[in-house]
Amino acid sequence: MWDLINTSIYASLLLSIAIGIIGSLIVINKASAITGSIAHGSFGGIGIGMFLGINILLSTTLFTIILAVILSIISIKLPSRKDSLISVIWALGMSIGIIFLALTPGYSADAISYLFGNILLIGKDDLFYMGIVDLILVVSVILLYNRFLALSYDKDFLSLRGINSNLLYTYFLILTSITVVISVKSIGIILILALFTIPSLIAEKFTKNLYSMIIFSSFISAIILISGIVISYFYDLAPTAIIVIIASLMLFISLFIRRKGGFK
Amino acid sequence: MNAVKVKNLYFKYDREFVLEDINFTLNDKQFMAIIGPNGGGKTTLLKLLLSFLNPIKGEIKIYGKSPKENSTIIGYVPQHTNFNLDIPITVSDIILQGRLKKGKFFYTKEDKKRVNEILERLNISEFKERKIKDLSGGQRQKVLIARALATNPKIIIMDEPTSAIDPTGQKEILDLIENLDITRIVVSHDIKILLRKVDKIAYVNKRAIIHEGPKLNIPKDKHFCEVELIDFLKADTCGI
Repeated sequence: MWDLINTSIYASLLLSIAIGIIGSLIVINKASAITGSIAHGSFGGIGIGMFLGINILLSTTLFTIILAVILSIISIKLPSRKDSLISVIWALGMSIGIIFLALTPGYSADAISYLFGNILLIGKDDLFYMGIVDLILVVSVILLYNRFLALSYDKDFLSLRGINSNLLYTYFLILTSITVVISVKSIGIILILALFTIPSLIAEKFTKNLYSMIIFSSFISAIILISGIVISYFYDLAPTAIIVIIASLMLFISLFIRRKGGFK
Repeated sequence: MNAVKVKNLYFKYDREFVLEDINFTLNDKQFMAIIGPNGGGKTTLLKLLLSFLNPIKGEIKIYGKSPKENSTIIGYVPQHTNFNLDIPITVSDIILQGRLKKGKFFYTKEDKKRVNEILERLNISEFKERKIKDLSGGQRQKVLIARALATNPKIIIMDEPTSAIDPTGQKEILDLIENLDITRIVVSHDIKILLRKVDKIAYVNKRAIIHEGPKLNIPKDKHFCEVELIDFLKADTCGI
């Protein structure tokens, strides 16, 4: 059994680090809708990659970074239209993906697997990319911790301190997009948002600062992912769906737990 | 050099001007109250003073430079009601934000020492490690004032510092502002600010009427003064 699922378990641990960091930043910045837009829009990068016959990881990375920059500009320049325009980017990215897939000779069902993902099919190459993204995220959050916290609490105050809060927000969305890229194959475009936000929503309630929220959220993600893999392996069920159901159950249970002091 | 100099200032959001020909100066360590009706442009003026908006015409100087160039000497105190309280953030985390600056990524021992001094000065040391969510409105507002003071500002600009706070909390906040030894600008719809030792009052309703002088003596007919803000700046009725 271990031989069959060990890569998935390693992937879960690496993804948990990324989800703990980026999920916490998404939750405290109230950026769930933008993340959903980047995740769904990433289908455009997959479609383009398949059509051009290039590395899908590369095409999706470039495409989602472009989406992140566009969404950042929308958030900064058109805040009153933000909600509607996020939905437009959400649908536009998916539509681009559908068109390019339709134009791809020998249309591949692989593309559809990106919609729902399957962590049991992760390869060793994927682990390498996940490790690189984890490294970028860990270094970024250590270096920019105080700024990210200030950005989420009071963007205007950060600007007055002479720090470019718009650039920082754009960088945060770029970090979100590269995390989306390493997650689509294992979690799937449609369910990414749930797994990015649920562990952090649980952690937020019980923690006093962002560091502990990130660590607790990573820990919860690991439990959710690994238990999902084990259950889906034994019962031959779709792992992503099991993972999201476990995560949702944990969230509902946490809503009924009263906070006492919380973790430091 | 004036602490603040606003000259021929115009601003419009769309077609219609919301501020027209605003002129005033404020000297170092003076206290100015900006009052006026809702929609009269006082919040817009505040945003211009903070460089969150750019004037259509005219100029603003804060200690001789544009607000953008001199943003680091401005201590900004927003309304405590504007924030996401679910963020896991403690009082000391928030006040430390006042020590952030360009090129600096980590807080030093001096930063933490300065924060402790301010916490003691504002009598909120006991809340240091509490989540901001667990504080009352008045305590949260004090934390935002503490954060502004942590920047070592030459001027502090406050947006409705007494709104959504109980009367005891309001008095504490106003006492605190009154006794700060720096230049202060307070935007408020609360007439109680005018009972304090303000050096200038700007009544802003598209244009600004500036009143210079010591604290107001609200007469017996308080209601008249509260309703007819413009009149109490012009007429003797309110004892100006």
